[in-house]
Formats: sequence, structure tokens, C-alpha cells
Amino acid sequence: MTATLPPETGAVGGPAETPLAPSRPVMAQDWRRLVRMGAVGAVAQIFIALSNMPVRLDERVVVKPVLSLGYLTLLIVPFAAGYRVGHQIKREGMPQYAAGAHEIAGGAACGALAGGGLSLLAVLLANFDLREPLVNWSPMLAELLAFGDATWFAVVVWLLIGAAIGAVGGILRTLGPRSRRAVVTMALAVAGAAVLEPLVVDLAEGMRLEALTDRLYARRGGVNWTSALGLAAASGVLAVLGRGRIRQARNHIASLEGARRSRANFGLILLTGAALIILPLFAGKLTNELLANVGLFVLLALGLNVVVGLAGILDLGYVAFFAVGSYSAAVLTAATSPRINPEMPWLVALIVVVIITGLVGLFIGAPVIRMRGDYLAIVTLGFGEIIRLIFLSDWLSGWFGGSQGITKIPGAGIFGLTSVAGTDPRRVFYLVLAFCAIAIYVSWRLERSRLGRAWMAVREDETVAEAMGINTVNVKLLAFVVGAILGSFSGAIFSAKVGSVFPNSFLILVSIVILVVVIFGGMGSIVGVIAGSAVLIGVLGGPKQPGLLAEFSEFKLLIYGALLIWMMLARPEGLIPSVRRSRELHQEEMAQDAWLRGQVEDDDGSGAQAAPTP
Amino acid sequence: MTATNGTRRAPGADATNGTGRRPLLETRGLSVDFGGLHALDGLDFEVHEGEIVSVIGPNGAGKTTLFNAITATVERSAGDILFEGTSLRGLDPNRVTARGIARTFQNVRLFANMTVLENVMVSQHCRTRQHAFGALFYTPSFRREEAEIRQRAEKVLSFFGSRLVGYRFDQPAFTLSYANRRRLEIARAMATQPKLILLDEPVAGMNPVESAELTGMIGRLRDEWGFAIVVIEHQMDVVREVSDRVVVLDHGTKIAEGDYADVSTDPRVIEAYLGQGTETS
Repeated sequence: MTATLPPETGAVGGPAETPLAPSRPVMAQDWRRLVRMGAVGAVAQIFIALSNMPVRLDERVVVKPVLSLGYLTLLIVPFAAGYRVGHQIKREGMPQYAAGAHEIAGGAACGALAGGGLSLLAVLLANFDLREPLVNWSPMLAELLAFGDATWFAVVVWLLIGAAIGAVGGILRTLGPRSRRAVVTMALAVAGAAVLEPLVVDLAEGMRLEALTDRLYARRGGVNWTSALGLAAASGVLAVLGRGRIRQARNHIASLEGARRSRANFGLILLTGAALIILPLFAGKLTNELLANVGLFVLLALGLNVVVGLAGILDLGYVAFFAVGSYSAAVLTAATSPRINPEMPWLVALIVVVIITGLVGLFIGAPVIRMRGDYLAIVTLGFGEIIRLIFLSDWLSGWFGGSQGITKIPGAGIFGLTSVAGTDPRRVFYLVLAFCAIAIYVSWRLERSRLGRAWMAVREDETVAEAMGINTVNVKLLAFVVGAILGSFSGAIFSAKVGSVFPNSFLILVSIVILVVVIFGGMGSIVGVIAGSAVLIGVLGGPKQPGLLAEFSEFKLLIYGALLIWMMLARPEGLIPSVRRSRELHQEEMAQDAWLRGQVEDDDGSGAQAAPTP
Repeated sequence: MTATNGTRRAPGADATNGTGRRPLLETRGLSVDFGGLHALDGLDFEVHEGEIVSVIGPNGAGKTTLFNAITATVERSAGDILFEGTSLRGLDPNRVTARGIARTFQNVRLFANMTVLENVMVSQHCRTRQHAFGALFYTPSFRREEAEIRQRAEKVLSFFGSRLVGYRFDQPAFTLSYANRRRLEIARAMATQPKLILLDEPVAGMNPVESAELTGMIGRLRDEWGFAIVVIEHQMDVVREVSDRVVVLDHGTKIAEGDYADVSTDPRVIEAYLGQGTETS
């Protein structure tokens, strides 16, 4: 839900502070815009309601007993509409008005229109039966909309709720940047506590802090409303006291140079690493399982990041390498694999797997790499499916078991010390963590090398890269192979973790999800890719893996899509963009002349930051 | 002196600078067809070491096609290109660059999201060797080569005075002003360590001061760095200033060649530029 907040919240306190004109009168609304926004909101409301999200998600309580995830999906729309309608487009030479009653009234009106969508739906639900085409046209939905009361109640109440929530959005406009930050922090704190509930409960159990979570969460899920209030108050106070210290600290680190910068980075990495090693010790099965899943996707996403983010090759069939890695590891280690079963130790098998996947990468890459852009994407999409169909085929079922797959794959033995299998997700996580570290190191080193620069040049302009003496075919093939090998790590761990592989685990959907993770996190950015996996896979869940909001699994793709669209509109460079893409984005060319005159630009730091996330 | 197919002259025989050396670059009967259009039609053209040659001609005369043919970005339909006496036939663009021909582009084509320094570093690709292994294990030879690449890049960039150095090193190329982008393109070409640089309208879009400055730099490129240079240019004062020799193309054929004074008064040149209706002689 945090993601549906309009993007402006982050851009508070921009450098240009022109004096504001006094607030406009209440009735001087831009009615056209208001009605359009309200109508969009109404349609969105109806769509969400008919997608069955409210009914299905009603079980997940956010704040006990007032708010469930189901209602939240409906309430967020009038809020967004009300907030959005108060947005003033900054135009050169046009006065900027102070926000006031005008914005609140506008927000309320817009929110009421959006809420009116549900009123309309309630009436329609009561009078028509459209169950035939619309499967979710159910009495349950009608009941949910009317809070168990009559239809007229639903009509009135949704108009009122919409107006109220829209007004809240408008009020948010009237707040100064500081109080707005406090409000956003409060909302995020409560939402975060609710979303992370399974994780927090699990961790608290491991640390023997059940008393704390018993207070925070209600027995059957959801944050207690009293503790929600407390949490909101505490985080609000913290936000006011903190006053953007976090951002300052980040700017400070970003402004460090040379050795101090790398020392700070090293410290941060060390801290994160230590936390990731220590935390699972206290976590139960559920958390470790979740972390392991996220880790597997981090591995895959890092591999795809080399291909898409660095070399700019849009590979839509990346799952092929995941599949080849899984299957070859399975065939090499399992005693039950049909034709050949050398029963290698996992680590030995891994070396063979890397070689095999590298060769497959070369084999697929060689014809693909000579194409560009859309054609390349389509062909990779095809190869992704071809690999899956090969594993599924009867022709090779003697080798790969066809649709039966390969089962009873032993866990991954590490030097005969331990065996890592899915029954112990903690060990799986540590194994994944080790390979993630390798993958991060590889991406990090390669990016800063001759090869990495060549990849970037190919991404920027292939023709020119070739004219500058880069053998683009070789360089692109190498990116393909490196990506394939990183993906095969994930595959090999996956087969040992799950204990069985089936062609159905390698649907095209997996490719898409990995690509979405990379794009959402920030192409070419290692940290971004990790954050993207954590948010998408950890919170929403992977193609088959449940996330923290397990109830979302049914609507995962819908939300992926919505997130992706929002991301492309608001923050096309991704959640945490690579330094390259955010660096100096706001640097003025004029600074050069000042510099040439020997003036040191010192007041440049404030405006030079890209808008951070709310 | 219209070049015709099949007349093969002795190398360097008609070079106006009169030396008997073998040319650095020589095209023999070079033709490039796009469908039915003859973009280049049997062109004979040569460049000697340490020479600055301007290629001029009206729009569509085939000037950029000549560059594209030399750098193998378009397929030639007939003829041959010799560089240092050996044919460039069948080479990929990157191999041509490795042989020692670098170019800039008419519509500036930098690696926009890479930094100024990286743009120049990456174009040393064909002069350096280190691969994934060195990068992964951070070997001494990798470190040495990285330092060399960086040093060379900084040296090349310092050629343009203080414009592309200092804090500019780490700025993405897209933040540069138009003139600086043109300069960076030249720097990138220089960094491939060529023997011959092809400049495609290097001062297009620059103001008079900038273009005068760059004109001086083209001369220095030859004098200090020892490059042979071919310039496509529309601005006649630049052409007059820099060129040892001017070649005029029209409809893919050479219609005149010589020093600036000769060429600028040649009636065929004037006709090509101003059209047939204008009788000047």
C-alpha cells in the first residue's frame, strides 16, 4: 500500500521556494480536472471491488478491529484521488497558491466522487444480477459494501467515506513539509507493522519477546488499535525529532570521497552482512523460508541484472538458465534420475552445472545475440519456452522424467559437513546468502572493469560501441554466459531445497517476475535489485512462493502490473537506482562556467539529490 | 577531374602535396548502393600520413556514406579500401577501429549514461586485454592496466583544456553542453589510439568562438598527436583554415580536388552548390 501513495510526498522541500500566493476560494475549483479525477477513482474503485480483492482480503486485519486489508484496498483510492487533485503543476511565471480550504474541499469532492463509484456499484449489485460474466458479482460483496446493512446505507456511507478520506488527502496538502513527513511516517509505521506481522511474530518468538508482540498484535492477526495509536504517536514523534536526519546521513555518505567513502560503504556492508547472519538464528521456519526464497530471487535477479541492466540485452527467457541449473543439478545428484545418476556430491555437481549452463548460455546466445531490441526479446522468450518444453517432452523423458520430473533430490552437501535441504530453511538461507555474496561480488567487480564498461557501451549505443573497437558479439555473449551461470546457482540451490524439479516450476511467468524485480528495483543497481526482490518476493510473494501478504497471492500479478506502471510513471529509474543514473541528475551545466572561473560550487549539495522515496 | 570507374592511378600520383609516399588510406573505385541509389559511385580517394583532408559537398553528396564505408558500418558494393597498404575488406567495424581508424558522428552519439571519463576509457577497449578473470581476482596486471587506461583517458581529456577535466570526469555525458559533447566525441576517437581520425562535421552547432577554437584544435591534433585527419565540414572558414587538401563530392563522385583556393573557385563546385541555373562563368 505504501506504493500507492502519490509520488509527491518525497519531493517535499525542493530548492526553489517562491513565495506562495494566498489560498484560492473554496468554490474556485478546476471542476473539469476534479470530475475527471473523481471518475477515474470511481472506475478504479469498481474495478477493485469486482476483482474480489476486498472480499478476499477482508480476512487479513490491518488494525484490529477497524481496518482490514480488504477495506484498505478500497479506501486508498479516494485518498489518492483527494490528494492528487490538490496537486498544483508548477509553471514558470504562474503563481503558486498556498494550500488551504480550497484543497480540502476539492479533495472531499473528488473523494466523494470516487466513493460514489462504490455507491453506484452497491445499487447495481442490489438490482441486477451480472454474475454470469462477472464472477465476483456476489451477495458477499454487496454485504461488505453495505457493512451488512441496507443498500441505501451503502450508497450514503460510501459517499461520506469517500468525501472524508478525500478530505484527508486534501488536508495532507495543506500541511507543511515537516508535519507531512510525520504523518507519512506514522502511516508507514502502522502499515509496516501490519505487513511485517508474520515476520515480527516469528522473530519475537525466537528472541523470547512474545510479551511484546502479544501486546502489539491481536490474537487472530492485525495490530491492536491501541498499539496502532501508540505506534503512530511514537513514530510521529520520532519523525518530528529526526527531521530528515536519515536523509542527511545518506547525503553525507554520498558526499564522502575516495577512501572515506569506501570505508563507510565497507562498514555498511559489514553491518548488513552481520545482521543477515545473526538474524536467522532467532527466526523460525517461516521467516527463514521467506528469506531463502527472497535470496533465490536475488540470485536470479542479479544474474538478469548483468544481462539486462548492464549489457542492455532484454532477455525474456531467463528462466531457461534457472531450469537448466535446476535440472542438471538434479540429474547429477539424485539417485532417482532416470538415465544417468552419478550421484555426485552437490559441490562437485555445481562445477559441472556451471559448465553446462555456461555452454547452454553460449548455445542460446550465439543465434540470439545478433539480433537487436524487440526481435531479441521475442527470440529469448521463445528459447525460454523451448527449454521448458524440452524438459517436458516425452522424447527426453528417459533423461528428465517428462512431466513427472525428478524427485527425491538429496540436499546440498557441503564438504560432507552439513546437508542443506528444504527441511531446514535456515541452512538453505545461509547457502543462498553465500551464493548471493558471490553474485554481488562478481557483479560489482565486473561492472568496474574493462568488460563492464564495454557492456554499458553496448547498452548505450551498440553501433557506436562497435565503431569504438568493441567486439559487441563477444561482449554480449559473455554477458549472456555470466547471467546464465549466476542463474544456474539459483537453480542448483532450488532443486536441493525443494527436493524435486518439474517442468511446471519453470513457466514463463518466472522470467517475467525476475524482470519485474530488476526493473522495479532499478536496472543496473545491485542494491536496487536486492530491494526489489525483498519488496516484491518478500512482501507480495514469488510465482509460487507465498510472501508476507500471503492473501495477495491471487492478486499478485495485478499488483505487480500496477506497481510497474506506477514505477514507470513516478520513478522510471527504479526503487534504488544505480549511482550512475541518479548521480548529478540535477547538476546544472552552468556550474561548469562557475568552475572555470575558479569558483568552488559549495551550495550545490541541496538540490543535487534525486527525489528519495517517501 | 571526375573520377571514373576503372581508372586506377598510381598510389599518391595525384596527391596535391606532391610527395611520393604511399597513402595511409586509399579507396579504389569505391561504390555504395542503397537500392537503386548510388550513394558513392566509383570514388578514388586517398589520405596521406600527417595530412588534413576536408571532404565537402552539398547535402546527400555521400560524405557521411564515405565515412561509413571506411569504418565498415555500411556494406560497399564495389571497390576496395586500403589502409596502410592492406585491404579492409571483410573486417567488422571493431576490427577497422583496431587497425587504427577512429571516427566521430554527425549527430553526436556519446554513451549518454556513462561518465565523461568512462566514455574515453571504454574506447580503449581494443587496445587493452584484461578480461573477466583479472577483474574478478583483482590481479596486479588488471590493476596496472586499469591505471594505465585511466591515465591515458585523463591525458586525452586534458587536450581540451579545463573543459572536460576535474569534476567533469565523473559527470554523465548527457549533462554536457553541446560543444562539450562534440569535444568528448573527439576525445573518444583519440583514445582508440588511431592513425587516422574521421571527423563528421565537428563544429556543427557550435558558436563562432567555439568553432574557431576547435579549428585550432584540429591542427594541433595533427601536429601534437600525429593523426591524419579527414574532416567533413560545411563551414567554409573552418575548411579554409584546417585543410591541406579539399575534396568535393557530389552525387557520390569526386568533382574537384585541390587546395582550398582552387576548389572554391572551381565552376563545377559552384554549380554543385548553387545549382545549374546559376551561370558563373
